[in-house]
Amino acid sequence: MHEVAIMEETVAIACQAAQRQNAHKILSLTMRIGDLSGVVPEALEFAFAAVTQGTPAKQATLKIERVPIVCHCDPCDRPFSPADLYCECPQCGHFSQHIISGKEVELKSLEVI
Amino acid sequence: MCGNCGCSVTEKEVEIHTHTHDHNVHTHAHIYDHEHHHHDHNGHPHSHSIEIKQSIFAKNDQLAERNRGYFLAKDLFVINVVSSPGSGKTALLEKTIDQLQTQLNLAIIVGDLETDNDAQRLRKNGISVAQITTGTLCHLDAAMVLQAARKLPLDAVNLLIIENVGNLVCPAAYDLGEHKRIVLLSTTEGEDKPLKYPTMFKSADVVIINKIDIAEVVDFNRALALENIKKMCPQAEIFELSARTGAGMKAWLNYLQNQHQTTIAQAVEN
Repeated sequence: MHEVAIMEETVAIACQAAQRQNAHKILSLTMRIGDLSGVVPEALEFAFAAVTQGTPAKQATLKIERVPIVCHCDPCDRPFSPADLYCECPQCGHFSQHIISGKEVELKSLEVI
Repeated sequence: MCGNCGCSVTEKEVEIHTHTHDHNVHTHAHIYDHEHHHHDHNGHPHSHSIEIKQSIFAKNDQLAERNRGYFLAKDLFVINVVSSPGSGKTALLEKTIDQLQTQLNLAIIVGDLETDNDAQRLRKNGISVAQITTGTLCHLDAAMVLQAARKLPLDAVNLLIIENVGNLVCPAAYDLGEHKRIVLLSTTEGEDKPLKYPTMFKSADVVIINKIDIAEVVDFNRALALENIKKMCPQAEIFELSARTGAGMKAWLNYLQNQHQTTIAQAVEN
């Protein structure tokens, strides 16, 4: 379960950013998680409760925004939203290897006080 | 440098931490902290939001890039071998060492949650092996690999093989600084493996189907497996082999030798 390692890094980045702003408490963290990231949001929630203990984020809430998969079809030279994980272009049937978005694991923003 | 006022904010830094403020002169993103005085309104402090927009893997990715440069500076070709437990990574590497060590000098980094059993198996024939015991961690990261690599006599090595922890989920997200990612699956695992682990298969440079010698016994549908791989990772080269019998090994060994030459030649050109 790499969600614990991911959450540890997320909380570390968040605490550093909050400290730079002289904030003493983090009220919420917003993350963007791509549908092709291999990260399970439920496991992130679970890890979050554990790794925020003893940090300025200990009472914070975690908000997760899912990022759908968008690929680029080279033959058609256009982006598309695939119907399944094979990333097949609905127009020409080409299997795309160019993922424009959907692999994100990001800390988007914080609410601090 | 900022195109508006000439301050030293680079685009990359802005991505790390953007915080938009309205200045009298103009509006743009700064990475630097601004003086915030936390004024209370009748004793009630107010909250505010901070834009971060940072990939959680940014630190690892940066270290991985550094590893790649370090490896190339040493004329070293590096592969990261990933698979689920029991698909035959160690057997494949044993066979690869046996058949390739007269042509290339090899070294291996082995990651396991516990025990150094695999490292002991691979250490025969004088091959240098660095063991990473990850404890509870289910993947290797770029920092661990650099630490292990520094224990190896890399100046005398052409091919460094990283045997990742047996897991098709977590290692997918961690770039180790390898030049090629090799994903191994065996005929006993089912034809739909690429569909079950899309993140890993989409990142593969090579997919190896191992244990082809027992394909018939386990009712392995070869055509369907190949179709799934070609759909999920059209960029990947596919090898079908049996590390146990040696069938199909030649094409894989040729690939390693060719890629070693190509990678080093490209590095010299650049």
